[in-house]
Amino acid sequence: MKTGIKHTSFDVEKIREDFPILNRKVNGYPLVYLDNAATSQKPRVVIDAIVDYYSNYNANIHRGVHSLSQEATDAYEKARVKIQKHFNIKNAHEVIFTSGTTHSINLVASGFKEFLKPGDELLVSAMEHHSNIVPWQMLCEQTGAILKVIPMNLNGELEMLEFVGLLSNKTKLVFVNHISNALGTINPIEEIIEKAHKVGAVVLIDGAQACAHLKPDLQALNVDFYVTSAHKMCGPTGVGMLFGKEEWLTKLPPYQGGGEMIKEVTFEKTSYAGLPHKFEAGTPNISGGIAFGVAIDYLNAIGFEKIAIYENQLLEYATKKMLEIEDLKIYGTAKNKTSVISFNIGEIHPYDIGTIVDKLGIALRTGHHCAQPIMDFYKIPGTVRASFAFYNTFHEIDTLINALQKAKRMLT
Amino acid sequence: MEIKDIQEEIIEEFAFFDDWMQRYEHMIAIGKSMPIIEEKNKTEDYLIKGCQSKVWVYPEIKDGKVVFTADSDAIITKGIVAILLRVFSNQTPDDILQADTKFIDEIGLKEHLSPTRANGLVSMIKQLKMYALAYKSQQN
Repeated sequence: MKTGIKHTSFDVEKIREDFPILNRKVNGYPLVYLDNAATSQKPRVVIDAIVDYYSNYNANIHRGVHSLSQEATDAYEKARVKIQKHFNIKNAHEVIFTSGTTHSINLVASGFKEFLKPGDELLVSAMEHHSNIVPWQMLCEQTGAILKVIPMNLNGELEMLEFVGLLSNKTKLVFVNHISNALGTINPIEEIIEKAHKVGAVVLIDGAQACAHLKPDLQALNVDFYVTSAHKMCGPTGVGMLFGKEEWLTKLPPYQGGGEMIKEVTFEKTSYAGLPHKFEAGTPNISGGIAFGVAIDYLNAIGFEKIAIYENQLLEYATKKMLEIEDLKIYGTAKNKTSVISFNIGEIHPYDIGTIVDKLGIALRTGHHCAQPIMDFYKIPGTVRASFAFYNTFHEIDTLINALQKAKRMLT
Repeated sequence: MEIKDIQEEIIEEFAFFDDWMQRYEHMIAIGKSMPIIEEKNKTEDYLIKGCQSKVWVYPEIKDGKVVFTADSDAIITKGIVAILLRVFSNQTPDDILQADTKFIDEIGLKEHLSPTRANGLVSMIKQLKMYALAYKSQQN
């Protein structure tokens, strides 16, 4: 099996050669892909890992005695260990493969049903993705617990004093994203975790948007749950991770029943398998899990420090250039943010801008970004969002700026 | 004018432009001359679902013909609605129900016909035909 390509220094043109899709044209123009916050593109090594699995050692895992099954199981379990090491997780069995962040959050929310009583309080931040709001609302409906919101200021930063004021011995769970998908804000999760723990609350951090930009050390963070998706970090769709501290994963009941998650089954009673299998019922996304591991190798070969430095340069350049466009307003101006720019130009509808720049080969996101409460907060129907990855270039930003100017001329 | 003739007229108009930008600019211009829905009718009832931008369409029956007024908060969408209204407004319910929408493909707006497209052109056409069907059943 092939693993990550070595990059000795940061050479964006060389990196771009790793991504086959970046060679294509869209509507007659070279693709400028600036929708990385929705999903990242995939390097050749990740695509090859999926092809390699299905071409050479496709078999069901964990149960077979034959060699192919053993090879597939080894590769899948090696991927789990790669994830463990990458996030500095204490035990490999604290890494649960899921279909992605949404699945991970639902698994935890469902498991907490039996630990909550009416009047218990859950804290959610004002800048969450719907997937980190709705499962908890459902949990509150089922248990009588109350959902409270940590407010944010106009820059898109959490009001930490208000957060502290909301904490009490009634607070059972706190869930916040590491980085906001709509605003790019990097939240002070170290402080949130520490303060929540002081009142005995359990903390879940949604890392879906963060893990392509930085490398969290989960033991140092001392977080109870951390969830993420492979597809935002150069891996395939349909696979993700749930990290949970052993004590919590042991306490939580299984989420789905089926094969793989059992120890013994009779019609009278079933005993469950140990971690991590207790939460991994059914045949998993085997190639996806393996390719997730390859994606992590790939990102580490480039280096997260280099990625962060380069993406910050892109963000600074794009912010400066965009603010030169008259009437352009950026939403999310936190001091500590990643390479996401949410904006509107005057009264122009985000949809109109997205449509025009698409005709010029540029992929942006428009709408509410699955974060309607943020749009309500700013009293806007939505924004246009440009989100940059380490394979984007300064030249692409110039192309974007020209396209936005063209769109503005057409639309006003 | 019959629906077919109006469609021909629109196709000829758009054939005059060589590139997408001119076609879009023309569409935006058409949007600006659309009969606009009265503010009081811009309610949830007349909002078309399935669009990323808001689209309201209000039907009335006048002398056996369906007359539509509409609006959108996005101007490209407004242009698309305006083209649809030029074709479908002021026609009998039967004619509206029988009309096809192949002309949209021919004027180079094919991409908007995809059912997954966020502008909801497909939902708009469906809604216009639903109104025609409702009036038709009332007449019978």
